[in-house]
Amino acid sequence: MPEQAAPLDDAAPPWPPLLAPATRFILHGNAAVRAAATAAWGVPFAEEACRARLLGSRATLWMGPDEYLLLDRAPAEAAGDTASGLERAMAGLDHALVDVSHRQVAVEINGAHAGHILNGGCPLDLDLKEFPVGMCTRTLFAKADIVLWRTAADAFHVEMWRSFGDYVRALLAEVARDC
Amino acid sequence: MSVLRTPGGGRVDRERSLQFNFDGKAYAALQGDTLASGLLANGVHLVGRSFKYHRPRGILSAGAEEPNALVTVNPGAPRDTPNVLATQVELYPGLRAISQHRWPSLQYDVGRVNDALSAFFPAGFYYKTFKWPQRAWKSVYEPAIRRAAGLGRAPATADPDRYAQRYAHCDTLVVGAGPAGIAAALAAADAGARVMLCDEQSEMGGSLLAETMARIDGVPALDWALRALATLAGNPRVTLLTRTTAFGYFPHNLLGLNQRLGDHRADPDPGQPRQRLWMVRARQVVLATGAIERPLVFPGNDRPGILLAGAARTYLNRYGVKVGVRVVVVTATDAAYQTALDLHAAGVAVAAIADVRAQPVGVLPDAVSRAGIEIMPAATVLGTRGDRRVSEISLGRVQGGMVRPAARLACDAVLMSGGYTPSVHLFSQSRGKLVWNESLLAFVPGLSAECERSAGACRGVGDLTAALEDGAAAGLAAAPDPVRGSWRPLPEAGTTGGCGWLGALPQPQTTATDKAFVDWQHDVTTRDLALAAREGFRSIEHVKRYTTTGMATDQGKTSNLNALSIVASGLGVPISQVGLTTFRMPYTPVPFGSFAGTSRGALFDPVRRTPMHHWAQARGAVFENVGLWKRARYFPRAGEDMHAAVARECRAVRSACGIFDATTLGKIEVVGADAVEFMNRLYVNSWTNLAVGRSRYGILLREDGFVYDDGVVARTAADRFHVTTTTGGAPRVLAMMEDYRQTEWPQLKVWLTSTTEQWAVIAVQGPNARRVIAPLVEGIDLGASALPHMAVARGRICGAPLLLFRVSFTGELGYEINVPADFGATVWEAVHAAGQAHGMTVYGTETMHVLRAEKGYIIVGQDTDGTVTPDDAGLSWAIGKSKADFVGKRSLERASMRAPTRKQLVGLRSRDGRTVLDEGAQIAALPGQQPPMQLIGHVTSSYYSAALDHPIALALVAGGRTRLGQTLYVPMPRGEIEVEVTPPVFYDPKGERLNA
Repeated sequence: MPEQAAPLDDAAPPWPPLLAPATRFILHGNAAVRAAATAAWGVPFAEEACRARLLGSRATLWMGPDEYLLLDRAPAEAAGDTASGLERAMAGLDHALVDVSHRQVAVEINGAHAGHILNGGCPLDLDLKEFPVGMCTRTLFAKADIVLWRTAADAFHVEMWRSFGDYVRALLAEVARDC
Repeated sequence: MSVLRTPGGGRVDRERSLQFNFDGKAYAALQGDTLASGLLANGVHLVGRSFKYHRPRGILSAGAEEPNALVTVNPGAPRDTPNVLATQVELYPGLRAISQHRWPSLQYDVGRVNDALSAFFPAGFYYKTFKWPQRAWKSVYEPAIRRAAGLGRAPATADPDRYAQRYAHCDTLVVGAGPAGIAAALAAADAGARVMLCDEQSEMGGSLLAETMARIDGVPALDWALRALATLAGNPRVTLLTRTTAFGYFPHNLLGLNQRLGDHRADPDPGQPRQRLWMVRARQVVLATGAIERPLVFPGNDRPGILLAGAARTYLNRYGVKVGVRVVVVTATDAAYQTALDLHAAGVAVAAIADVRAQPVGVLPDAVSRAGIEIMPAATVLGTRGDRRVSEISLGRVQGGMVRPAARLACDAVLMSGGYTPSVHLFSQSRGKLVWNESLLAFVPGLSAECERSAGACRGVGDLTAALEDGAAAGLAAAPDPVRGSWRPLPEAGTTGGCGWLGALPQPQTTATDKAFVDWQHDVTTRDLALAAREGFRSIEHVKRYTTTGMATDQGKTSNLNALSIVASGLGVPISQVGLTTFRMPYTPVPFGSFAGTSRGALFDPVRRTPMHHWAQARGAVFENVGLWKRARYFPRAGEDMHAAVARECRAVRSACGIFDATTLGKIEVVGADAVEFMNRLYVNSWTNLAVGRSRYGILLREDGFVYDDGVVARTAADRFHVTTTTGGAPRVLAMMEDYRQTEWPQLKVWLTSTTEQWAVIAVQGPNARRVIAPLVEGIDLGASALPHMAVARGRICGAPLLLFRVSFTGELGYEINVPADFGATVWEAVHAAGQAHGMTVYGTETMHVLRAEKGYIIVGQDTDGTVTPDDAGLSWAIGKSKADFVGKRSLERASMRAPTRKQLVGLRSRDGRTVLDEGAQIAALPGQQPPMQLIGHVTSSYYSAALDHPIALALVAGGRTRLGQTLYVPMPRGEIEVEVTPPVFYDPKGERLNA
């Protein structure tokens, strides 16, 4: 069989660039836990499924009925202190807080074609009515798991496990040709 | 300009002529031509040889139903594409195409002898002939048949093109942009729907592209269509997709659409995709797929120059091409009369209209009579003549049940119309129920299985006025808010009559000499179908497979109903009782490239790399794939092969120290007040007494009691466990844990979070390990008593937060440095640099495997295979004996799971001291056996041990632990290998080095 390389010889460089390191936690717990965490984290938690709340550099993203992703665009150096603060606030309440700052990397995709580009690998309906600003969900981008969060009408924040970053960005670059 | 080209009109660009090449000959055509219309403009009808009899075949149709005109485009070139329809190939300057299935040339084909010998090739010929001898099928018959058959040749070079895939959603997907489809899209869009309208052709409009008479909303039909399409194009909620075939209808209104983006361009942009596969999820689907004109079945109906009447009209009105200069029309409907009128007006001589109906009356027959064209009622066709092109047709007249010869007419084209067969392919794919409509002589959509409706000719509403209204109603109903819609079409089209004909045309009692074809592409004749009925085939599915009718790449688009009718009359039952065969996707062939999309080369699969990957790559590491991960297997130095590199790496770890990237190990954080209870229920081990800051080797079973995964589990807080899993097992262990947590024990206060990628893990192993890391680690007492084997502590290293495990998978003093992944590369380099003073060597997975095998540590999935219990693997010590329950416990208590004859893990040593056994080799208790041998086990791991200077192996052997010291035999093709059964721990059996 001939070597199968030709179409990717001119592969575009991975795109878009990774966002700067950030602080991330996964928080499991009930409404009381969330209320307590809000005091320490400074951002409320959406009770509605698949919704994110954003305040300043910090956000909370609904991942499941009792699971949230806490995101702070500030780098993870102080993650330990932040975790301690959160743990103090939630003391006595059943919960699980796990630092995943380094587990994930993120990119932002924006512009008029952002939805089309994402639909090159993501099967969801990204029409603004169906996937409004502030909606977030775990989904797929081709063969990778991602967390997709619409931050503006034409901007999406995409989180993925770090070792999938190269694949997702190489594929985004390829798909972006077709838009 | 060719005499066959009309002076004006149509959808071709008269100002842009172009040259193309077919079978090595250059031809002129116009921009907007298809390969078929371009050839016809040059008087070329002969485009291929038939599949079985190698008869000359011409262009039959103007669309996707074409059974004959299969060609290869760009033969031998990068975009070599076999089996495309000349009716769908858009010409561009310099296009090259060749005919297929002929040798040595289209004009003279040696396979033609099959036609003369056809009496020897009846239906089911292969089944009847190539049955014996059985062995000959594979070696002789099949290769010969495959060579002789074959449609086109698969390209031999890599596909240079890009292919894109895209998901899309809409309220209303309309398939087909003919009158009904356009009306549906307008109505749905008018009601505010998000609409997608796709059409397989280069231009939307369907039948209106060839319409000359009808008017809609006060303007000519085509002008109306163009205006409507412009309106739709200007609506941001509407997506128009031309050159886009809806090829598959998948569950829950997911439709596969294949869009051709570059095939019609002479010089496609290599950076852009050639085709795009759309996966469309639609709330509502409107199928407006139209109808396909049916050929008539009569002797010699396959000569080049004999084509469908509607196709001739399309060639004339859309492409400005006359299919001949003197034509005979054979019809069972009024539609062909319009073709005759249009051709007549264009100056083509219409010798006669032979109408199979006894009394053709109505607007169109009247108009034809006024034009002076002869109409022969109650007609039939007795045969045709002509070598490579029809030159004469013999017509007969049916009177009182008798067929008499009526006339022989010279002609260079015969236009036939047996009526229209609704295109119900997608409806049928959607599992909708078809119902037989006797007045339409057609199967039409009945009950829908999906949120779907059909409109227009595809459900038998073929009249233009009715089709427009039907389409508008369907589009409105398929909009999410129909009340908003107000648009209605105002057609003024005339109504056409006629119901068509099914099956063979009447013939005299004497058997006709020439074949009457039903399925052009698979060369199935009326005789084949009649034979199948006579031989006792009752089910249409069996007849189809026996005669191969409808089984060619065109899926019988032009042949199915005629075949059905012939079988039904052969069996003496109504068509509705014979039923219809299943329509399968794709509607027309879709290139593999579209399905592959971007999944090729570097993008085929995600490649997962650790933070230390680039360091290893720069050091010349040889990588292996472990799941999606790339792991460094060994680090060869100049002149070393794997064996030498691994031996060196092993010696370094045993004598000094080694550094190893263990990042890929799965990690799960189990957190919550009930974390210890959760772990007790899940793993075989007891966790209650595990102190914070200590770890334990954990084993996870399935319910059946067999080992599923293993790994070191640390208790990092009273309510927190850091669980490690095998690299490949990480996702399935997390899934299994979540399954039990959510469905079996939802009351437990415990949560799971994957932390596999949070941590980079650097294993430092060997007698010098402590000396290497001591200067780097802050806040942890590394002393043997402060941090003994299996202890865990938090501290810092090189400025990074550190979770330090004292663990060993080598049997040496060892540590695993866990740091947040961003720190992985710098900490690794610092440790490696610090290690240079202590003989540190980097090692890979192969060395890791040897070192652990020397210690008898198993690898789940290599030394276990889903049938190994903890006791089989020698691990029953790990089971928490006092625990009330754990996953798999009940299964372990079954008698057969405790049988002393079960296969148990043992070590093997080759008696000759040098032969490395093959992994997977079988083991016999007795020497010199002949097959069938009695085998008692197999080798699971086998290496040459540098530390011991002899081969070692792990094996699963029946009753293995009772055989220590025995000699067993490993039969191999090159002879039997004698082995001694040993305990599985070869090196440092007392574990003194571990606790150093």
